[in-house]
Amino acid sequence: MGEPGTKTPLSLEELQAATNMRTGRKHVLSILVENKSGVLTRIAGLFARRGFNISTLTVGPTEDVQISRVTLTVDGALHPIDQVTKQLHKLVNVLKIRDLEPADTVARELALFKVSADGVQRGELVQIAEIFRGKVVDVTKRAIIIEVTGTTDKIEAFETMVRPFGLIEMMRTGEIAISRGRSET
Amino acid sequence: MRAVDALMECLKAEGVDVVFGLPGGANLPTYDAFVNGGIRHILVRHEAGGGHAAEGYAKATGKVGVAFATSGPGATNLITPICDAMMDSVPVVFITGQVRTELLGTDGFQEADTIGITMPVVKHSFMIIDPQEIPRAIHEAFHIASTGRPGPVLVDIPQDLSRAEIDYEPVGDVRLPGYQPRVEGNQKQIRQAAKALASAQRPVIYAGGGVVNANASQELTAFATSDRFPVTCTLMGLGAFPAPHEQWLGMLGMHGTRAANYAMDEADLICAVGARFDDRITGKLSEFAPRAKFIHIDVDPAEISKNVPAHIPIVGDAKHVLAKLVEEYRALEADPARLDAWWQRIEGWKTKYPLGYEDSSDSEIKPQFMVRALYEATGGEAIITSDVGQHQMWAAQYYDFPAPRRWINSGGLGTMGFGLPAAMGAAVGEPERLVCCIAGDGSVQMNAQELATCAQNNIPIKVFIMNNGYLGMVRQWQELFWDGKYSHVDMGEFPDFVKLAEAYGVTAMRFTDKNTLVQDMKDAIAIDGPVLVDVRVTREENTYPMIPAGSAAREMVG
Repeated sequence: MGEPGTKTPLSLEELQAATNMRTGRKHVLSILVENKSGVLTRIAGLFARRGFNISTLTVGPTEDVQISRVTLTVDGALHPIDQVTKQLHKLVNVLKIRDLEPADTVARELALFKVSADGVQRGELVQIAEIFRGKVVDVTKRAIIIEVTGTTDKIEAFETMVRPFGLIEMMRTGEIAISRGRSET
Repeated sequence: MRAVDALMECLKAEGVDVVFGLPGGANLPTYDAFVNGGIRHILVRHEAGGGHAAEGYAKATGKVGVAFATSGPGATNLITPICDAMMDSVPVVFITGQVRTELLGTDGFQEADTIGITMPVVKHSFMIIDPQEIPRAIHEAFHIASTGRPGPVLVDIPQDLSRAEIDYEPVGDVRLPGYQPRVEGNQKQIRQAAKALASAQRPVIYAGGGVVNANASQELTAFATSDRFPVTCTLMGLGAFPAPHEQWLGMLGMHGTRAANYAMDEADLICAVGARFDDRITGKLSEFAPRAKFIHIDVDPAEISKNVPAHIPIVGDAKHVLAKLVEEYRALEADPARLDAWWQRIEGWKTKYPLGYEDSSDSEIKPQFMVRALYEATGGEAIITSDVGQHQMWAAQYYDFPAPRRWINSGGLGTMGFGLPAAMGAAVGEPERLVCCIAGDGSVQMNAQELATCAQNNIPIKVFIMNNGYLGMVRQWQELFWDGKYSHVDMGEFPDFVKLAEAYGVTAMRFTDKNTLVQDMKDAIAIDGPVLVDVRVTREENTYPMIPAGSAAREMVG
């Protein structure tokens, strides 16, 4: 194909269109925003009106009080991630977006499980919690609350394990994610 | 200094010479500041009229339009103009009053969550919570509205904050770390585009409103004529390339010419500039330009590959990118003769399928004839605004726009009632130029109240109502696609537009004879001040040619 800067002709047949419309995998977007009122509404509203679905969303402060971090996960099988990030970039309060590469990212989610547990079952649940490195944070006669931290996969695996015991309630924070190594996320 | 007085200073610093607005309780302090503020204010009769006037002003002059409204209903009446400005990328700053901060969130009198309601349809908005922030917010609003892809920005100011005393210091900079629109295109990509163009056997330039917004009309023409590239423009781009011209194919899309649509269909390379592949252009997306590769130049990266994947994306301002592209293209010394066969094919379509209509054999005025008559009466030199519907399409088809910013209409949102107030704004912005509105009899009633504004301020717009007594485009669709069953499209002979206009203090007349139409129009235009003309046209005439919604270019009818 003709190199730029030369007069070598360029064959139109060889031109490739942008193809990454659907990636087919989960994307973790780490977004730095100005800490101003209404920013979250702008992001949520953008997703709603463009028909994008947010899988999880977390918001929290960063080391700089004027800047917050929004971590959200989006299914790349359903949505063109490229279009999602470009639209997000158009929001004036959005400072930086990083589509984190799974291999170079540490992602964690915290979940609390309230499970029916009386007598025999309690021991079994504590064992499962230990395998998942979960923590028992509350026990009553009829229920137990277990805290689990980890990747989404791990939390979902834990959910599958405890559901048969009678899952009364489950709460999840959604993922936060940080890039590996010295460089900033 | 009161915050509102500082607001006036900021507007002057931004070069604002006119504001369109309507006062109310929540912006009383602002209106007090207008008394000695040194800024012209035009009192409109409905906030929507003010918003569209600000759009018309912006589109005609290229400067930022400004519209004011009070809280609650004043602000909600602005929603349509705000959304319209968003869809058509019009730089307008909207400044609304808000209830006192102590009442916020209490459902106070005339309280509406203006920021919340407008959020989906603004480029950005500022809620003032500290009066000291007002000057900075105003300047940032103007900066955001006018740079990158232009658009509407709203500033909502609670009444108590607007009257607060602040230490005003002129603001000389903007601090928007999250907003850095890209102006220069990537040089390597531009080179690649030039090479692709040099290789293309069947190229088409497809230009949109972005070229007008970027004031890149000259660059577009230089680019097109650097070889014999055929050019077509979208509804919003008309005038960006001077029509008529031997390389001009006419408008493309749903009511475009066959030459333009067929050329897109057979092209091997389409160079889109400041256009966004709207459904009115592409028709059935899967069958749109199936043989083409795409160069897409746009200042908004989100438009690139949104609807049609681009092969050579170039993010940047059309003016800069096109200037560089011409340079790169010239250096390649491509052989213009390679386009001979392509031009033969295009000329074939142009000859076989010219725009046309069957004229009446009596004195009846065909709507297409009316547009041509206005073209003649104005020498093609007027700024034309329009509403939305059949008359809009006929105006686009039959008035050859020789320059940009002469054609002002509502494309993306398709807002009926846009034309009259937009003409008002354009006439205020360009007082030396003739401004005519080609209105629909249905549309014009949606903002007819602004005739009073024109009369009171002697804004000399000439409104030509293309009166067929129908909501014509809806009637056409019912005829073609709903078995000819007309449902609520007949508007009869109501109102009597001549009496209506006269009641508003506007000179009015009615034309029914095609034989004298051009001269009659000239006479109407020669009258000082605003004039409204009720032009009676054929009742049931269809806008052709047409690509039915969701069909491909080849399925064009009429």
